[in-house]
Amino acid sequence: MSVERLFHAGGAPAELLLRGVHVLDPRGDLDEPADVLVRAGEIAELGAPGALAAPDGVEAIEGEGLHLFPGFVDPHVHLRTPGQEHKENLASGTAAAAAGGFCTVIAMPNTAPVVDDASVLRSLCDAAGREARVPVGFLAAVTRGLDGSELTEMAELRDGGALGFTDDGKPVVAAGMLRRALQYQRLCGGVISLHEEDPSLSGDGVMHEGGVSARLGLAGIPSISESTFVARDAAIAAYEDGRAHFQHLSCSESVTALAAWKAAGARVSGEVTPHHLTLTDEAVRSLDSRFKMNPPLRTERDRQALIDALRDGTIDCVATDHAPHARHEKEVPFEQAPMGTTGLETSFAALHTELVLPGVLSLALVVERMTAGAALYGLPTPRIAVGEPANLALVDLDASWEVGAAGYASRSENCCFHGRTLHGLVRLTVAAGVVAHRVAVEALA
Amino acid sequence: MTRHLLSIDDLDRAGIERILDRAGSFAEVAGREIKKVPALRGRTVVNLFFEASTRTSSSFELAAKRLSADVVSIRAASSSVAKGESLKDTIATLSAYDPAAIVIRSPHAGAARLVARWTDAAVVNAGDGKHEHPTQALLDVYALRERLGPLDGVGIWIVGDVLHSRVARSDILAFTRMGARVTVSGPPTLIPRGIEALGCAVEPNLDRLSEADVVYVLRLQHERMSEAFVPSLREYAMQYQVNAARLAPQQVLMHPGPVNRGVELSADVIDSPQALIAQQVEAGVFVRMAVLYELLAGASAGAAQPAVEPEAAVSA
Repeated sequence: MSVERLFHAGGAPAELLLRGVHVLDPRGDLDEPADVLVRAGEIAELGAPGALAAPDGVEAIEGEGLHLFPGFVDPHVHLRTPGQEHKENLASGTAAAAAGGFCTVIAMPNTAPVVDDASVLRSLCDAAGREARVPVGFLAAVTRGLDGSELTEMAELRDGGALGFTDDGKPVVAAGMLRRALQYQRLCGGVISLHEEDPSLSGDGVMHEGGVSARLGLAGIPSISESTFVARDAAIAAYEDGRAHFQHLSCSESVTALAAWKAAGARVSGEVTPHHLTLTDEAVRSLDSRFKMNPPLRTERDRQALIDALRDGTIDCVATDHAPHARHEKEVPFEQAPMGTTGLETSFAALHTELVLPGVLSLALVVERMTAGAALYGLPTPRIAVGEPANLALVDLDASWEVGAAGYASRSENCCFHGRTLHGLVRLTVAAGVVAHRVAVEALA
Repeated sequence: MTRHLLSIDDLDRAGIERILDRAGSFAEVAGREIKKVPALRGRTVVNLFFEASTRTSSSFELAAKRLSADVVSIRAASSSVAKGESLKDTIATLSAYDPAAIVIRSPHAGAARLVARWTDAAVVNAGDGKHEHPTQALLDVYALRERLGPLDGVGIWIVGDVLHSRVARSDILAFTRMGARVTVSGPPTLIPRGIEALGCAVEPNLDRLSEADVVYVLRLQHERMSEAFVPSLREYAMQYQVNAARLAPQQVLMHPGPVNRGVELSADVIDSPQALIAQQVEAGVFVRMAVLYELLAGASAGAAQPAVEPEAAVSA
């Protein structure tokens, strides 16, 4: 039985000719200017620049100087629905995704109520089918109410469309509980994704423990609160031959543990956020609550370790951990503010500006890692090839923009890059064959 | 001087010295029969305290009154904050009274800085969480300078619960800025990882306490501790209590108050002449007068209206 696991409102299938765009698909041999014809939402033809003509009813877009990538995939977003729609809803969250060039996002279940039973999941999938601008997949909770004591009905949730399971926002504290979930995974499948944090070490911490937290008098979250759980849970996954994914890794010790268990053959994978790749705890000196997230921004040494791990594949993919919060919730002293930053609209531009332009990572590698999340959850990877559904991001790498100056597609504005000038603007996003986002692209007469 | 006093980082050495010198002139006024000057007459100072405080709030209130300001003192428990009003809305409300200064004490780091973004008034940080308490550090430097003269090369040990202490953080910054060498010592569970980044040395025990010229003992803040950082007060006292056996006669003793007698300090040293504790409290009023004066009148009105002119001498 084939179960549907991505949900979106859909729309008129795209009919587009993208003329003279620089096509970069890191999984193919494509890294050159080309014409790309999209018919009925599928990639119909690729040709040399200027070789293809627009058939009747097909809009031609002059794309010279623009780059065309496979649409990005974000395996970690919070769409706050149901229950916290004042922060984000399915429509606004997926509009933010489309604005960032994403053609697929995977939503976390720490909503109100928690996505821990099939009826909640079913209504959420139905709502996404009406409101989501790009396809959304849903993770369900590992434990009921995320409280770590009782497994959810994982098999029914899988049959209802859950891509996998996570208690994200919280760790699965008891090792025995995680072991049971990984055993049960043999029945129902689905990746088990883990927010790693030992609460006896992180305590009431609000930022990375180190020189900056000492200066500010803020309670610290030591890096070992994450890395000890990564090592522990990778060992449990290996023992059960289970499939586990580590969310938003933040420190060098976690990278070391993940690399060791991968080398030992464990079926584990990892993700890292754009903010952990580009910012450090130095940013918290401002006491601006936009820089409060969990896991926290860590040191330059950690940042470098994360970049190296992303480059060598120890960390498999980029995930934003898009975590919107309303203005009044964040406009409070640092310790009182909720954890999280938005990220969908700035993910590519931040990585392009901070890592590609300075020559730290190649453009192809960033595009690869921003699309690799799909395969980790068993979804097809977006490709630019004839016969593939059109999942595309058309990006002007030369365009600069100030984050937040023109507002946000997200309902929330708690972006850690707010006010920064970034290079790289998504002009057009096609998701599952439908145009999901576009700005100021000159149509040919 | 900057528009606000949020952190010792707002002041360089010269800025600290200017405040201390000004405080010295206010100390002279305090010796007169009429202890009031008209410097801030007609201006309003709001004291907004979200945490219990006796000495800091009374000291700020007295300082503002001696400068002839109108003073409004608000305690969180009796205000609309108890009804769920946000800090931002509280500040908007108070700002409508057009205060010249808002003095704020908050249990949260960065609260004073946020307030400074939301008001046109000058903001004085009277303690924000475990972050900073700049006027305490200034009065500590003042009292110490009165006793020892310049602090260049003076060895100062800060002993006790550094982890939960905003006083320790502001003092480390202020003392080192004035040329002193600062060492912190206390139970390793109460010394924050990375504290060396503030420019101090760390000693795990008091074995070398004799090297100190000044011993600054912190309050053991057991009210802030939700978990056991030390096995018992008894064990803490055995290892870290500063008492006559540990304190040499030439060493100066300081404490920000209130003291836990018999815990971090023994009664014999509290009452000894080497203790500077009462002088610290007294200096608090002069230093806070100086801070308010420098922020509100120092740059502009300072020359035209001498700070130390007694009220009686000014014709109204």
